[in-house]
Amino acid sequence: MASGALMKPQMHGLLVKHLRFHIVGAFIVSLGVAAFYKFVVAEPRKKTYADSYRNYDSMKDFEEMRKAGIFQSAK
Amino acid sequence: MFSRAAWSLVLRNRRHGTRGSHGPGGIARGEGKMPPYTNYYAQRSYPMPDEPFCTELSAEQQALKDKEKGSWTQLSHAEKVALYRLQFHETFAEMNRRSNEWKTVVGCVFFFCGFTALLIWWQHVYVFPEKPITLTDEWKARQLQRILDMKGNPVQGLASCWDYEKKQWKK
Repeated sequence: MASGALMKPQMHGLLVKHLRFHIVGAFIVSLGVAAFYKFVVAEPRKKTYADSYRNYDSMKDFEEMRKAGIFQSAK
Repeated sequence: MFSRAAWSLVLRNRRHGTRGSHGPGGIARGEGKMPPYTNYYAQRSYPMPDEPFCTELSAEQQALKDKEKGSWTQLSHAEKVALYRLQFHETFAEMNRRSNEWKTVVGCVFFFCGFTALLIWWQHVYVFPEKPITLTDEWKARQLQRILDMKGNPVQGLASCWDYEKKQWKK
């Protein structure tokens, strides 16, 4: 039937092998995704907010909004 | 062409639970009749149906089946192949062959998407009522100006893209 001898397939430990591969992979993927998000999204966002509010003058902002006429209680 | 595609779709949807003793009915009555063979359909997920492929055997086929009851070492290669063909219609390679059905499916999907687009267009012209006042361009412009005056999302969002000195969008 078969012209060459085939390798004997793995007979035992299939679940263990599957679990090990996937548990390790899941760890790596989830840690990787978390690290990616932290350094690509979260840290730059925190920096942007910090920079924006470092020299923020709330009274000046309020005056601009009041002149634009959006307030009902402060014209 | 269409009916054959439709038939193969019908067959592919059969699951082995629906097979009674009469097999996966429907096909061999009209389409692809091959005498003296009966209804028989094997698929990748159900490769060995209950009934053999040929149930009405000629005399020599019956003789072969009787020979099969003895020792199989006495069967020649050609006889083994013949027995296989009696029991099963196709080999695994033949059964699992690719087909061009996907082109029909994709084509029909696109066709019906296009037809739906025509229906929606007709609906747009003849069914939909007038746009509410809040969706007119003038109202939307005033709404946007109000959001910018209120400085909505001034750090990373909408108002951060507006240049308040030059009164235009930032480049």
